[in-house]
Amino acid sequence: MSKKHNKLEAKNLNAYYGDFHALKNINIAMEEKNVTAFIGPSGCGKSTFLRTLNRMNDYIEGFRVEGDILLDGRDIYAKDVRVDELRKEVGMVFQKPNPFPKSIYENVVYGLKIQGIKKKSVLEEAAEQSLRQAALWEEVKDKLDKSALALSGGQQQRLCIARALAISPSVLLMDEPASALDPISTAKIEELIYELKNDYTIVIVTHNMQQAGRVSDYTAFFYMGELVEYNKTKSMFTSPKNERTQNYITGRFG
Amino acid sequence: MTNSELNRLKDKAFQIFGIFCTFIGLVVLAIFLIDIVMEGAKRLDWDFLTSLPSRRASQAGIKTAWVGTLWILVLTTLIALPLGVAAGVYLEEYGKKGRWANFLEINIANLAGVPSIIYGLLGLEIFVRQMKLGSSLLAGALTLSLLILPIIIVTTREAIKAVPRSIRDGSYALGASKWQTVWNQVLPASFGSILTGIILALSRAVGETAPLIVIGALAYVPFTPSSPLDEFTVLPIQIFNWTSRPQEAFLTNAAAAIIVLLLLTFLLNGIAVYLRNRQQRKVKW
Repeated sequence: MSKKHNKLEAKNLNAYYGDFHALKNINIAMEEKNVTAFIGPSGCGKSTFLRTLNRMNDYIEGFRVEGDILLDGRDIYAKDVRVDELRKEVGMVFQKPNPFPKSIYENVVYGLKIQGIKKKSVLEEAAEQSLRQAALWEEVKDKLDKSALALSGGQQQRLCIARALAISPSVLLMDEPASALDPISTAKIEELIYELKNDYTIVIVTHNMQQAGRVSDYTAFFYMGELVEYNKTKSMFTSPKNERTQNYITGRFG
Repeated sequence: MTNSELNRLKDKAFQIFGIFCTFIGLVVLAIFLIDIVMEGAKRLDWDFLTSLPSRRASQAGIKTAWVGTLWILVLTTLIALPLGVAAGVYLEEYGKKGRWANFLEINIANLAGVPSIIYGLLGLEIFVRQMKLGSSLLAGALTLSLLILPIIIVTTREAIKAVPRSIRDGSYALGASKWQTVWNQVLPASFGSILTGIILALSRAVGETAPLIVIGALAYVPFTPSSPLDEFTVLPIQIFNWTSRPQEAFLTNAAAAIIVLLLLTFLLNGIAVYLRNRQQRKVKW
């Protein structure tokens, strides 16, 4: 079996919030069209790391990074990289569903509209396609002009996934995408992740160990800003190499 | 008397005191309104609204005054709305937080508390004399714009602040620039609150007299203004003028004009309340 190409890589990555050293010398390579899960106790840096991958931390005052993050071999923090272009390539879904207070349709086509695409047929086609990909089309096809805020939490989250997919990124970052949802909605999101990894490189932060086990191919365990262990999910959960990893995944702390 | 009985008594006493305090303001307002309506209602008819001012009280009307007030309202909105909203957006979304921002913030709050006559003097010097606009509608509207700008800036900032971070994050994550995020998400989501603030500010501007007297708005303008550079009068000035006349009949005129001015202010406030309620129903975070 040929080895997959490395989609995302971090090399000697350090990140700081002011004086606080949030990420310590992270080195990791994530393969394309795989699901990588970041696990670890609260405050361990996993969400910070996720948000450096599409530079969402740029707006936080006092935040800075050292080292490189490579997307297809290109440094995303290089001076000539435009952050809006980067985010078209690296989409993101947040912990709490955050649909815009607009119609379902307007939510899905927002990313395309701000790129200047106005043609109705293009927008409508993209909307249907991404809603189908996010397994939401059948539920909303008759009420596309209704407010997105009227949907259930699980539907809202799938709408946010559809919205991210509409601008055809190659990477999808998910920050605890199911932590605010009930078990049935969570199962739907997990099924969706399983489908989506055929086409997208997915990075997911989760607090839920079973979820990491179910959806991911690789797992990275973070602790106190360090990447403690990174391995195939199966090997990590059956035979962790590091004692701290073992303690965490067996529920002895965290 | 036990301790708990005493507490209950105190509780009751405070409740009664509270009701009393609430009613003082309302009763005074009610007496004022009844007095004005009894005095002015009989004078209020179509002729009164459509007649030009006159030396004879029975023929004098408020056409020039309410037309002037409408002009002032429209011009002030056109000037103050874009300036105030843009300044608010800049301070909240673009401006760096720090000592400079604090300094600006405190001074804008201070400006909101500067007596209106000071703005009148400022307007007299800058708009009437330096810019040679004379005692025109434009000079008046610019002066009143200065007066309500701080209020609009502060309300805009508050309204923008209330838009949750997650909406901005969602927009940025889809590749939107700051401007696109502000224009497509933040402003539409906060527009109801901003509009409410602007209307309340305008209803204050409509009632202002002092700054307009200072810049030289006249009580006797025998024609309705037809361009922003014409001389003008407004309702409060007309009222002020009539109340300073010795003849009884002019006081009746003033009362009638007060009714019109009050109705206009109530209308503006009513629109503001309606917009606020609609906004609260529409947007749920």
